[in-house]
This record gives sequence, structure tokens and C-alpha cells, in this order.
Amino acid sequence: MSAYVETPDAASKVNYLTNGWTWQSWLLTGDHKRIAMLYLISITVFFALGGAFAAAIRLELMTPRGDLMEAETYNKVFTMHGVIMIFFFLIPSVPATLGNFLIPLMVGAKDLAFPKINLLSWYLYIIGGILGLYVAVSGGVDTGWTFYTPYSSTYSNSAVIATAMGAFVAGFSSILTGLNFIVTIHKMRAPGLTWGRLPLFVWAHYATSLIQLLGTPVVAITLVLMMLERGFRIGFFDPALGGDPVLFQHLFWFYSHPAVYIMILPGMGVISEIVTCYSKKSVFGYEFIAGSSLAIAILGFFVWGHHMFVAGQSTYAGMVFSLITFAVAVPSAVKVFNWAATMYKGSISWDTPMLYAMGFMGLFTIGGVTGVMLATMALDLHMHDTYFVVAHFHYVMVGGMVMAFMGGLHFWWSKMTGRSYPEMAGRVSAFLVFIGFNLTFFPQFIVGYLGMPRRYHAYPDEFQVYHVMSTAGAGVLGIGYLLPAIYFTYSLFAGKRVTDPNPVNAKGLEWTVPTPPPTENFIVPPVVTEEVYAYAEQEEKSLV
Amino acid sequence: MDQHQEHHVAPSSMYYAIFAILICCTGLTYFVWTIDLGFLNIVVALSIAIFKATLVIRYFMHVKWSPILSKMAVATSLVFLGILLVLLSMDYASRGWQPKSTGWEKHQVTQ
Amino acid sequence: MSDHSAVLDAHQDEHVAHQFANAKQQYESSNLGMWLFLMTEVMFFGGMFGAYVIYRTWYPEAFKIASTATNVPLGAMNTVVLIVSSLTMALAVQSAQLGKKKMLVWMIILTMFFGAWFLGVKAIEYSEKWHHHHVPGANFIWEGDGGREVQILYCLYFAMTGMHAVHMVVGLGIMTWLLLTAIKGHYTPKYYNPVEICGLYWHFVDIVWIFLFPMLYLI
Repeated sequence: MSAYVETPDAASKVNYLTNGWTWQSWLLTGDHKRIAMLYLISITVFFALGGAFAAAIRLELMTPRGDLMEAETYNKVFTMHGVIMIFFFLIPSVPATLGNFLIPLMVGAKDLAFPKINLLSWYLYIIGGILGLYVAVSGGVDTGWTFYTPYSSTYSNSAVIATAMGAFVAGFSSILTGLNFIVTIHKMRAPGLTWGRLPLFVWAHYATSLIQLLGTPVVAITLVLMMLERGFRIGFFDPALGGDPVLFQHLFWFYSHPAVYIMILPGMGVISEIVTCYSKKSVFGYEFIAGSSLAIAILGFFVWGHHMFVAGQSTYAGMVFSLITFAVAVPSAVKVFNWAATMYKGSISWDTPMLYAMGFMGLFTIGGVTGVMLATMALDLHMHDTYFVVAHFHYVMVGGMVMAFMGGLHFWWSKMTGRSYPEMAGRVSAFLVFIGFNLTFFPQFIVGYLGMPRRYHAYPDEFQVYHVMSTAGAGVLGIGYLLPAIYFTYSLFAGKRVTDPNPVNAKGLEWTVPTPPPTENFIVPPVVTEEVYAYAEQEEKSLV
Repeated sequence: MDQHQEHHVAPSSMYYAIFAILICCTGLTYFVWTIDLGFLNIVVALSIAIFKATLVIRYFMHVKWSPILSKMAVATSLVFLGILLVLLSMDYASRGWQPKSTGWEKHQVTQ
Repeated sequence: MSDHSAVLDAHQDEHVAHQFANAKQQYESSNLGMWLFLMTEVMFFGGMFGAYVIYRTWYPEAFKIASTATNVPLGAMNTVVLIVSSLTMALAVQSAQLGKKKMLVWMIILTMFFGAWFLGVKAIEYSEKWHHHHVPGANFIWEGDGGREVQILYCLYFAMTGMHAVHMVVGLGIMTWLLLTAIKGHYTPKYYNPVEICGLYWHFVDIVWIFLFPMLYLI
């Protein structure tokens, strides 16, 4: 595919991991691959922390009485779970790790367009993360991750400003990552790599970056206004000062609804790569999958009002938001159907990444369909702020994005580290995650439909059976995540070495460079002459 | 390689001309403010502001001679700002509207 | 371009960073990067513009009363000052394009001078507001009708002009760096994109003020 010429001495010995061993060579690096690894380590820490808060929530909810913690402690625990998981894990998860690592490789560039800005974005993320950690140890915050006014700006006695500041700073990290991706994708593609030949992973990240650029600044200024109101009594949202609290929700969701697509689109990009590779078939309807990413990104800006059906928003505006929300189901379904059609008559191998991808498709579909239910205004009156909503977004975020992240990590692990992981353990973990996830969150659909509201630490006795199932499932899920953490760490230091540039027989420029890639990615600048996902030609060649 | 050949260098006279128009527009805004036109005051003031911004974007920021991507960036920001403002106003404009009766109250009365 | 060898390219352009293939790619990338950044800036101010639109329609009377207390002559002067600084900035870019180093340095100094002038006037206005108890918060006193609604306009006034002033201060910082590098003679007709993208930022801040002036002072 590309003109990589292997010179045994220069290329195979020094790679980006062995090019420098000092702290400075990591912490002051401009190399997108090293920055991706820095991100990988830091988001894993935050994922573990957010997971610990989730475990605390599930333990508390095992019994109907609040016997593990008080209501206020519980409020802080679920808020910290939300803040950490959303701002410090889900938003940077795939883009900042896999995206950072792979986009320059996939477009045939030596690095991202602005390596220093890329490093800056990691530092901003760390500063935001430290603020988040400071809040966690200094007494917590109890507003929910949404910071709704006037509670956040007037009544809450917790560390609202520090948390909002953390989210604000992490937001700028996200903006800079998106900016870097868009410039790189526009300007640094290898000769011959036309838009129609870009991997779908790149298309998905392009759409994600658009949301990051256009949405994040709005939530940034909204949080600033909220902090001003809290700090200096400069009223923007407080009715006592003439403001409108619903305006805060509008501005907040203008970002935060598109932000849920920041948390799913990159995952969809990962799935597109995995499904085609393990079906050994060209993707079905390339243009439609690429276009649907953009469609989701753009439609995402028209639908934020569906979070506010019962918040005092006009019924008529709600109707418009509801209708447009239904429309988002179309591009999402296009993707799922196209992946299914890609697998049709493919020669499928059930390796770990493919198992995760299958999990993604099933769970994302359930999450998406329940999303359409929630977008129906009349039904939402009943289900708003119940566990049905909790189950819905966990199906999309955890069942979707985390599954995709795990799948992608397994898929590109050998490329990123030059080591292999134990395949059997990988499959076991994929099954554990799938079973544990469903056991955790499916009962929440039922208990939510029966009327259990979210954000309560105590509940009526008749809901206990569902909560016990859910807690048991969370245990299984926890083991499912712990297992990869153990074998990946093991593999990083003692795993079997991989030197084959393309161990999974996949298509794409990232598989043409040595494993692990050298610092400059491509010794000879690649030229692309082949269509994207040309697995069919590969088959023909192997037959001949 | 030479940016001379690739990039348009506008003559100083153009910059001075645009500058003169901008200053005149500011004067005009100030003048219109002194007379009371009612609602039209807002329209005039904002139209002049939009006109001025257009001049700055086209000539001072060189968008007139820029590649299509710069133009698209300008257009994209305007479109998404528009989405924010329009959908926001949609809620506030329709908040007072009462849902129209489909006649079920009457039905109840006759029973 | 095509008949030059890669070695010659690298030799010609000592300013090309390692990740770029040539000066053209670097120029276009940094230009696009700045435009994308300005896109996020539009949305950043857009949140406040949205709040302004809502409260302006909610409290038209209060806004009319409140804007009578703003200092229109000072605001108009600041508008002119910023337009002048935009002109000098545009001329700075042109001087860099033509390789007139001395002119470039002077134009940057002038731009900074007018930027500082703007901030000085802004400081006078703020202290005047402080003096009249027009700064929202516990200290706010409004003699006349609709104090609560009037306060909302002042909240917007301080948030929007304050955020704009922060951008001006950042702009002055960027300009200082630009001035120092320009004095050292970093910029040639072949390599002037830092001047150009700093100019884009400066013009953007000017455009924001072009809208803030009528919105907060006049209508």
C-alpha cells in the first residue's frame, strides 16, 4: 500500500517507546504517540477512581435504607462519579488516546499539526483533573455533574467553583485536541489519501472535533457565568436577581447534549475499523457511515431541549426538540445496519476486539432505542429523572463507548506497545463485561419504569430485588474491567513481543509502519494508491 | 514557495479606504443614536455593526482572498451561533402560549 | 515546488517544523488553526450573546433606562481607538508581507499603544461605574425604576466587556512577543504567518467590540 522500505538497522531497533528514557523525554515530548500513552495512563487512573465511586453507589443501594451513607454523602458520591467519568474519562477516552495515537498514522503524517498544543492539552487535562481530585478529597460537591442553577450558584455548600473550574480547564484541553485533529485531517493527509479514502475512524473523529470546537466554548462561558454568580452575586440565572435558571440549562445542554456525541462518535469509528477487519470485507456503505457521523454531529446541536421537557421550557419548543431528536435515530441506525451488512457473508473471526464490537452493537442499539422512547414528550413526563434514564445513558456510554474503547485498545494494543495480550483472557473479559453490564443496567430499566427516581440513597422495599441484581452485576462488571487492567499491565512489561507490522492482517496506513512505530512514524512519506478497506483485493491476492 | 506569489498583498490605499468607511460608520451609529427612531434604532445600530464586521472580516482579515476553508470557518461559526440564538429564542418566544383545547372539556360537560 | 528536491526545501525553510512537509503546508495549517480557534471564540462569546438576546427581550424598558447611564462618548471613542488599532495591525501584516521590517515594528508598537489606550479608557469607565454603585452585587444601588432588571444589564455589561478586556490583555501579551521577534528580524516575506495569525486574533477582538458597543451602550 505505502512505500515503506524496511531498513533493518535504523527502523526496527529504535521506536517511539525506546527513543529516550528520561522523565523529560516523556513529560516534554511533542510526539503524539507518547502523549497518547500519557493520556492512556491518566484516564485509566480516573476511570478507576470513577469506578470506585460507582462501587460505593451500588453498595449503598443494595439495601432500601440509607445505612452506608447519609443522603448528603450519597449526593457527593454520585456527583463525583458523574464529573470524573464524563469530564475526565469519557470525553478524552477514545479521542485523546487512540485518536491521538492513530490519526497521524492513519492520514500518513509525521505528527499532529501542532505537537506543542497537543502536549499543552494534556497538561490542561491534568490541571483540570487535579482540581477534580482536590474536590474529591476536600469534601466533594453535591450538585450533580450538571451544576444546575440556582442550587449550584446559591444554595450548595460544597466545592462548586473548584469543580466547575476543573471542568472548564478540561474543556479547553478538549477544544485544543479537536482543533489539532481538524487541522491535521484537512492539511496533512498523504498524497493520494482523498476524503473518500479516509478510514471511518478518522471521519468519526472529524465529526467529534467539530462538536468539541463549537460546543465546548459555550459550556465554558456558562460555567464562568455560574461561577461569577456564586462568587460575586452577579446574577445571570438567579430569579431573585431577575435571571432565568432555565437559561442556564439551555446554555449548558447546548454543549452537553452534543457532548454525549463526543462520547459516542469516536467509539463508532473504532467499531467501523474492527468490524471490517474481522469480517475481512470492505465496509458496507462507506459514504453513509462517514456521512452519518457528520449528520449526528450537526443534528446534535438541534436537540438539546429534550433534556428540559419538564424544566419549564415551552411545550411547543419541546415538540420541535422532540421531533428533531427522533431524526438522530436515523444516522445512528444507518451505522448499525451498515456494520451488520458488512458482516454479512464475511469470514468472521471472533477475537477479543470483535467480541467487544459485537457487545457494542447490541448494547448501543438498546441504548439508542430507549433514547427514542425518552425523546417522546408524553413518555418522558413519566420517565424523566428515573432509573430508566440512568439505564439509557449507561447503555450508550458504558455499553457503547467503554466497550468500543476496550475493543479499540485490544485491537491496536500490539501496534501501540509492541506486545501481545493473552487472547483467552481477553475473550473472558469481553464476556464478563457484557454479562456484568447487562445484569447491572437492565434491571434499572425496569425499576425506573416502575417509578424509582434517580439520585436517591433510599427507596421503597419492593425495588430491592432489582437493586440487588444491579449491585451483583456491578461486581461482575468490575472483575471484567480489572482483568484487562491486570493483563495489559503484565503485557506491557512481560508480554510476548510483536514485530509484525500487521499482525491482524488489517488495512490502513497505521499497519504499514513498524510495530511499535518509530518516532517519525513514516521513514518514507507514504503514497496511497488503494481504495479504503480493500479487503476484497487482499482475498483475491491470497487465492492467487 | 514564495508567499509573494501565493498570497495577495493588498495596497495600503485599500486599508486606508476601509478604515475611513469604518470611522464614518461609527460616526453614523453615533448620529442615529441621538435621534429617536423607536424600534428602528436597534435595527439601524445592528445593521451598521454587521456591515462593519463584514468589512473587517473581508478586507482586514483577508477573507476575500483566503482559501475556501477560512470562508467555511466564518460561515460555520455564524451558522452555529444562529442555531444557538434561534433555538433559544424559540423557547422563550413560545413559553407563554397555552396549549389549544381539543374540546375534551365540552365532552365532559355534556356527560 | 515540484522540481525542487526535498533537501533543497528543507534548506530553504529553516522555519518549517519537522511535522510539516513544506512551508506551504505549515502556512495553511497554522492559518486554519487560528480560524478554527476563532470559531470557538465566536461560540464562547455566543453564550453571552444568547443571554443578552433573552434578557433584552424580557426587559426592554429596563435595558433602555440602564443604557442611558453608560458613557456613550467614551464607548464611541473606544470604538474608534480599536478601529485604528485594527488598521495598524492590518498594515503590520502588509509590512511583513513586503519585508519592511522597520515599518512592521512601528505598526506593532502603534497597535499595542492603541490597545493599551482602549484598556485605559475601559478602566476609567469601570471606576466610574464603581463610583456610582453600578457594579452588580451587594454594592449595587439604582435610583429609579426597575433596579432588579437594570442590574441584569449591568451583569451582562461587566461579563461581556470584562471577557473582551481579558482578550485584549491576552492580545497585548501576544503582541509583546510579536514585537520582540519582529525586532530580532524573524519575519520575512517568505515567513510571516505568525504576524498574520496574531492579526486575525486582533481583528476578531475588534469585531466583538463593534457589536458590544451598540448592544451595551446604545440600544
